[in-house]
Order: sequence, then C-alpha cells, then structure tokens
Amino acid sequence: MRSYLESTARERLQHVLDAGSFEEFIGPAQRIVSPHLAQLNAPVAFDDGVAVGRATLDGQPVFAAAQEGGFMGGAVGEVHGAKLTGLLRRALAERPAAVLLLLETGGVRLHEANAGLIAVSEVMRAVLDVREAGIPVLVLVGGSNGAFGGMGIVARCANAIVMSEEARLAMSGPEVIETANGVEEFDSRDRALVWRTTGGKHRYLLGDCQAIVPDTVAAFRAAAIATLAALGAGPAALSVDALEREHAMLAERIARFGAMRDPLEIWRALGVPAPERVPLLEIDAFIAAAAAHRLGES
Amino acid sequence: METLQYRFERGDKRLASAARLVGVVSSGNLEVLIEAAPLGGACTIDVTTAATGFGAIWGAVMHDFQQRWQLADVRIAINDMGATPAVVSLRLDQAVATMLGEA
Repeated sequence: MRSYLESTARERLQHVLDAGSFEEFIGPAQRIVSPHLAQLNAPVAFDDGVAVGRATLDGQPVFAAAQEGGFMGGAVGEVHGAKLTGLLRRALAERPAAVLLLLETGGVRLHEANAGLIAVSEVMRAVLDVREAGIPVLVLVGGSNGAFGGMGIVARCANAIVMSEEARLAMSGPEVIETANGVEEFDSRDRALVWRTTGGKHRYLLGDCQAIVPDTVAAFRAAAIATLAALGAGPAALSVDALEREHAMLAERIARFGAMRDPLEIWRALGVPAPERVPLLEIDAFIAAAAAHRLGES
Repeated sequence: METLQYRFERGDKRLASAARLVGVVSSGNLEVLIEAAPLGGACTIDVTTAATGFGAIWGAVMHDFQQRWQLADVRIAINDMGATPAVVSLRLDQAVATMLGEA
C-alpha cells in the first residue's frame, strides 16, 4: 500500500486521481520560478513547489492542486500562490465537478513576505468564489508538514477536509506558539502533545475535518470520492446561516473547553471511551469509538 | 548558489516524450527537468546548486551519465540542494527512465 505521507506531490496527484488523467497547467518546463528566491540567492524549483491542473476523479472532471512539502515546507510564495489562485479562477470558467487541494504547507513563504501574504489571501477569496459558483472545494491533508498558517485557514474555507491521523491542521505551528508564549504554554518538542493538539484524530473529534483515513493514497482517493458524493447533496456555497452556525459552534467550544490544558481532557468531556487510548487506536476502531461523541457534521 | 553548464556532443540516443520532472528541491535532494530539444545532436545540462565549489565532481558525474546514455538533442536542467554524487546519478537515470516509460 503506497503511503500518502511518503509520496511526493506529483505522486499523490498520480494516484489519488484517475490514472494518467492529470493534465498540468503551467508545468515545470515553462520554468515559472520564484523571482524572490533568486534575489536571495536561494534555490528555486521549476514548479515553485506546487502542481496544478485538470484531471478526472472516478470519471468526473475535477481541478486539482498539490503542494510539495519537500520544497521549503510547501510554503506559499508569489508564484506558488498565483498558480493556486489561477487554478481556482479557471474553475469558475470551466466548471469542473469539484476542486481538490492536496495541501502540505507551513503557510506563507517568509522569504517572500508581503507577496506571500497577499497570495494566501487571494487563494482564500478564490476558494470562496468557487464555492459561491456552486463548485465544491475539497481539501486533503496527509503530508508530514501538515497544513498551517494562512493555508490552514484556506483549508477551513473549503467544503470539507479529509485527513489522516499523521496529518496536522492548525493556524500557528508548535514552534511558533512556543516562541511567542513560552514552553510552559506549549512544548513543541513533545510530539505526542503536538499530535494530540493538531493531529487528524483531534480534528475529527472536534468536527474540523469531515473524514479520517489510514495513511494510504488509496484511502485518500476513496474518501475523496465518497466525500464529494456526500457534498453533492447540499449547496457548495457558504451561506450566512452556515457562517453563523460555525460562529455559534466555536463560541460553544470555547465555553466548554476553553479552560482545559490538554486535548485529552476535551476527549474525556466529549464522552469518548478510554480517551487515553485514542492515540493508539487503528483508524476503523477510532471512527467507531468517536461516532457517538464527535462534534460537527460528517 | 553556483551555476554550471555542460554540453556533450556526438550522442545518438534521442528521447521522444514530453518534458518530465523527477525529484524535489529539498535538503540533500535535487530536481531534474528533462526534455527533447533541437541542439544539433548535443545533450546540455544546466546545474544550479546551493553547494558551491564542487564543479570538478559535478563534471565527473555528468561525464559518467553521458557515457551511460549517449543522449542527443536532450536538454536537462537541475536545481540542487546539496545532493550527493550518488543521488545525482540516480536522479539523472530516473529522469531518462521516465522519458523512456520505464519508471
């Protein structure tokens, strides 16, 4: 079974989408590289760390993008962000059945500073425009760098997120929190704590992701097909009602869990049986244990 | 960063398929972009590497590569982040194998 975590961005596209169907836009042969990195005398990549294009998924036409976590942690520079935004805007014109974003990223590429920040905000707006046009956006997170920073927000702007247990999703990364607030607040070297706080199982229990899968490319593919089929029943656009429900859910979450120090306490409060065993459970057993207790809509 | 350029004449193996990219620009790794191009029968390799001062070793690895494959009308471009010579050789062979539909 091919690991999603260990695959490159291009391998993920090849195996999540229908075999041989991916047709890249602005491929590496065009050499559209970062102008900023060259000025800083830093290595560039011919695709600036992201592949975008069209394909089919289970026979349905889709657009897809995959970030390469190996290149600068999947961070978003000006060109990288423009490729994501361009893909989403092209989706408005060509109307695929869905847009898939295979995210693996630390967020903004700090070398590119404001250009990277603007790029991420443009991606967010473009995701919401695509949803407004009735086209669902699905995010897959399963790389070792997780999805952090502004791209963590992008992920939560999508219709649904599929994660593996190994995946992480959050705003500020562990080192950032420790640097800003001290090791007493968050010990970034405590890997078990980092995964309890940002990992796939916690996100699934809180309802921040809609599906959790074992770390195989085949499992991500199957979950992407199933999740898109489930999304097909409802509206893709973000409504004011949905936004207000989300705000109410978040307010309730802070009220219920805001004083707690560790996700373990949250799992216990949710009524998950044997919460200390949660990190050890295989995915099927975990989903069964979580079923009656997790928040959010599946 | 250091830029190195190589040109080998008199190869005889041409590659037909569209441009391919193998590898990733990450620590100790490199990406290889390979494509067919009208170069008067030559094979050119442009290297951009983060590790400066290793021109002689690059030259030897590139020479061995061309000895193995005898490529003609092929353009190769490399972005390197400090890959070892063995990794560079394997990536180059992977690039050719991908073009030949063997990878």
